[in-house]
Amino acid sequence: MSLLQIEKLTLSIGGSQILRSIDISIEPGEIMGLVGESGSGKSMTALSIMKLLPPGARAGGRVQFDGIDILSAPEAAMCRLRGDDIGMIFQEPMTALNPVKTIGQQVAEGIRWHTGANRADAESRARAMLERVGLPEKEFPLTRYPHELSGGQRQRVVIAIACALKPKLLIADEPTTALDVVLQRQILTLLRELVNESGMSLLLISHDLAVVAEMTDRLTIIRDGAVMEAGETVQILSRKTHPYTRQLAEASTHVPARVAISKPGAGPSAAPLLEVEGLTRDYPVRPAGLFARASRFRAVDHVSFSIFPGQSVALVGRSGCGKSTLARMILALDRPSSGSIRFMGQEIGGRSEEALRPARRNMQVVFQDPYGSFDPRHRVERLVAEPLHLADEKPGAARRRDLVAEALEQVGLSPLDIDKYPHEFSGGQRQRLAIARAIITRPKLIVADEPVSALDVSIRAQILDLFADLNDRLGVAYLFITHDLRVARAITDTVLVMHEGKIVETGPTEIVLDNPRSDAARALLAAAPDLGLTLRKRLAQDTG
Amino acid sequence: MTAYLLRRLAIAVATLFVASLVVFSVLEILPGDPARLMLGLNASPDALAALRTEMGLDRPLAARYLDWLGGMITGDFGRSLTYSSPVIDLVKERLAVSFPLALIALTLSTIIAIPVGVFAAARRGKAADTVAMGLAQVGVAVPNFWFALLLVYVFAVSLRLVPAGGFPGWGDSWASHWQALRALILPAISLALPQAAILARVTRSATVEVLGEDYIRTARAKGLPYRRVLWRHALRNAMIPVLTIMGLQFAFLLAGTIIIENVFYLPGLGRLIFQAISQRDLIVVEGVVMLLVASVILINLVVDICYTIVDPRLRGGR
Amino acid sequence: MSLDPVPAPQRRRMRGALSNRSFLVGLVITGAVILMALVSFFWTPYDITRLAVANRLLGLSPEHPFGTDHMGRDIFSMIMIGARNSIAVAIVAVGIGMGVGVPLGTWAAARGGWADEVLMRANDVMFAFPALLSAVMITAIFGPGAVNAIIAIGIFNVPVFARVARAGALALWPREFILAARASGKGKVLITLEHILPNIAGLLLVQGTIQFALAILAEAGLSYLGLGAQPPMPSWGRMLFDAQTRIAVAPHLALFPGLAIVVTVLGLNLLGDGLRDVLDPRLRQER
Repeated sequence: MSLLQIEKLTLSIGGSQILRSIDISIEPGEIMGLVGESGSGKSMTALSIMKLLPPGARAGGRVQFDGIDILSAPEAAMCRLRGDDIGMIFQEPMTALNPVKTIGQQVAEGIRWHTGANRADAESRARAMLERVGLPEKEFPLTRYPHELSGGQRQRVVIAIACALKPKLLIADEPTTALDVVLQRQILTLLRELVNESGMSLLLISHDLAVVAEMTDRLTIIRDGAVMEAGETVQILSRKTHPYTRQLAEASTHVPARVAISKPGAGPSAAPLLEVEGLTRDYPVRPAGLFARASRFRAVDHVSFSIFPGQSVALVGRSGCGKSTLARMILALDRPSSGSIRFMGQEIGGRSEEALRPARRNMQVVFQDPYGSFDPRHRVERLVAEPLHLADEKPGAARRRDLVAEALEQVGLSPLDIDKYPHEFSGGQRQRLAIARAIITRPKLIVADEPVSALDVSIRAQILDLFADLNDRLGVAYLFITHDLRVARAITDTVLVMHEGKIVETGPTEIVLDNPRSDAARALLAAAPDLGLTLRKRLAQDTG
Repeated sequence: MTAYLLRRLAIAVATLFVASLVVFSVLEILPGDPARLMLGLNASPDALAALRTEMGLDRPLAARYLDWLGGMITGDFGRSLTYSSPVIDLVKERLAVSFPLALIALTLSTIIAIPVGVFAAARRGKAADTVAMGLAQVGVAVPNFWFALLLVYVFAVSLRLVPAGGFPGWGDSWASHWQALRALILPAISLALPQAAILARVTRSATVEVLGEDYIRTARAKGLPYRRVLWRHALRNAMIPVLTIMGLQFAFLLAGTIIIENVFYLPGLGRLIFQAISQRDLIVVEGVVMLLVASVILINLVVDICYTIVDPRLRGGR
Repeated sequence: MSLDPVPAPQRRRMRGALSNRSFLVGLVITGAVILMALVSFFWTPYDITRLAVANRLLGLSPEHPFGTDHMGRDIFSMIMIGARNSIAVAIVAVGIGMGVGVPLGTWAAARGGWADEVLMRANDVMFAFPALLSAVMITAIFGPGAVNAIIAIGIFNVPVFARVARAGALALWPREFILAARASGKGKVLITLEHILPNIAGLLLVQGTIQFALAILAEAGLSYLGLGAQPPMPSWGRMLFDAQTRIAVAPHLALFPGLAIVVTVLGLNLLGDGLRDVLDPRLRQER
């Protein structure tokens, strides 16, 4: 008999149908993947199993767990199940822990509640559990508070809470989405070990086919609250019989078609567009104690590199390695502590806003968050036209409208969108808008800070195509900041690997990614999930 | 943690210092000749000259300020002109009324407001929430002195349960203590309830906000019942904004005592300062204003200390 | 309390506003009080400058719906005129607070560093003087009057608005759309005018209604103590002072001016709550 049996689960919140028909069954000890794009109902399915739905949610159908009918179970029975027989891990480790309680209290709390153990026993079990998830007592005593831990360490605490009582079912809702690839690898490995040790079942929710392909035995793909396809992971992903599965798989391995790298004017013979030399940025750190000396944190450490006209460069590294600080200094949004940045032959560090105008005109930016990139009160015309502020001769109203319309067309939006507000667009469309804003002054360089990492795979593929296309058509150079090697591989010629503020490896993208020399690059590559590779490996295992 | 607290302490001292400059300049420099202002236009030249000497008005401004500041620190607030006794003695006498009044009111409003706020947040959208917050909405709009008048009319004039005003003094016996306390009941309630309404609203919205946080879901996923999550996880986090408001409220409460003491004819600091104004006794005004300002600053320092108890993030990293 | 920038176009927001009960009730009450104050310039049921001692302390009657006071003046007429005083004081005091506080707060947020530190410390000092204490000091020197009340309440409002504007602006500055504006070469002043102010306008508006309500309460308190509007100008606080000694004989004297204050403040607070609900999309989802 299945441990968890979900039949025809429906869910509506305030009149809108979130889940239409979800069927999932999980056997004891099995790892089930639940895949879907944002808004498909993945998280709500998980919360239905926990019966932790938001107020006003109405669920129908049947959820049977270990002989208990969840949807009709009283709250007291659910309290006995949660944390004891079903554990759950959440996406956002930074906010998942109570900031005013120690990690020891938070892990021991569930143990005490369910087993009635006394404080000392519960604490020693909590200690053992934290040790098991990689937070040994010596470095991470129980008295630590969440704010004293990094994101990856916090996620380990959350896992310790969820697994403290060896639940029969563990639900992990995008457990690694907020982490960089190296941490993702560590957390996934930990989850797999825990599952193997205690024989629990795991429901792994993810938007990332590569992660799911690697981790799961079986797979359920959902879209708009309904199951598209379900079955053996390897079979489903290698056969791709269902059109939606095929679409997802293709999007997540998508490589945009690009014209050959060697364009006229490109290559090391030409004068570099951007030259960064010995760039360093220190941040003062508040002294920890009264008598501690004020220290410095070196976010960027003597970084040097060049970008040539029309070149597409990736800057890859783990989160917190200094990528974004570097980008901000190049954009003259942050002042370097030392070193120089020359753009089109002109030094831009420490210049006045007035002196920066020509540089700014030729260097624009695209940010990660398609929601935060626009002033919600302005219409598209004003938003996209904002960089025209840099023009020496301000275009008239009619000319401005033409320029905006032209930019919209270039990024695949309709000129008719010109009077809309940003909230009337989807995430992908907004990222197109951000690109339209970036190209309206015909810049020579676009700095893109994680421009696709907030997007669903299918949208991501389209936006990558757009970037590649603009590179071909307009000859604009890119500095692509990303933690995702797949993105780097897809559209860049050169890659810079950054680690703890330093550039540790540079070279043509293909070469660096196929044959990394630095430890940092090797670690990134080893950690990066790869759908094709994983499937090949697993197929070989199955047959051999 | 010590670094944070020392910083707050330094800020409090600096604030107090600047505030003393403000008070000194408003009350001793702005009027031109404070002695003339205090004695009025018909004062005799001799009396004026005597007062000028006593106040040290013939000396340079900076020296006068430093003397005055030094006196404040050592507890010498100068001599009242109208009462012809040291201001510090007057203040001590009046504090015996004002301090218990403020304390009772603060306690009362806190023990009413916080449970009501948490309760309403836990049942948000339900009838209990609507009723409690409706009452709070009205309570916020009620001026405390008007509420005091209504209480006087109902409980003192009509029902004759408590005295309508006046204060018998604390006395030496339990019986006289009780009589004194009785005289403070209505004033304390009229001060506390409008404040409680504000605090309850803040508590509710802070709790509602906290209940939407991810870590509440984590706690519930452990299997803890809602009630336990509410009290063990939500309340302490919700206390952070609530503390801020309580600190600000203390200033209102002090101001409130000035008004309420006038409604109930209580011989507290409020009455003292009020009478001093009508008699233009600037020295008393100065002393009492400074004392009240200092207590607002002190309470804010206490609030800062409470933050470090509630919120480990302020205690500094290891 | 934080307000996210509003993603709704004007029309939808208006419809949302009118279907919000708090907002609607608050708007009606506030409008009625303002209307009453305006009408009082042209017409009141009775002329309150004419004393009629024969009619003193009358109870409620069709001729005098709220009764008369110890000098035979019609209470309803006095409340109408008193509204003028309350509203005028509150408007000017909140105006001072916004006019000084918002530029200071946005400037500190844009400038950062020492400017921000100085402003925050100055705020600490100002917060140490509750409005009543400032009024007490001012009155001790210049004597009582409505202008002093306005100044005292205005001074108290400055740090409130400075703080709200600063907090709102600080939350916006690291946002990506502000970075994009900076990358477009826009200076701090221009960004503050084009992006910061419109996006904190809702926050300020909500705080404005709250401070307006508090100003009316504070003015009533000051007038009650005799530190505000002086007789013969009727004010709600002063009427309550006059009522106090006669509470045993004529409780209605105390009832109606107090109710006038409560209803006005309640209306403003409802308006503020409603505005916040309408402007804050997060809260709207919750309802």
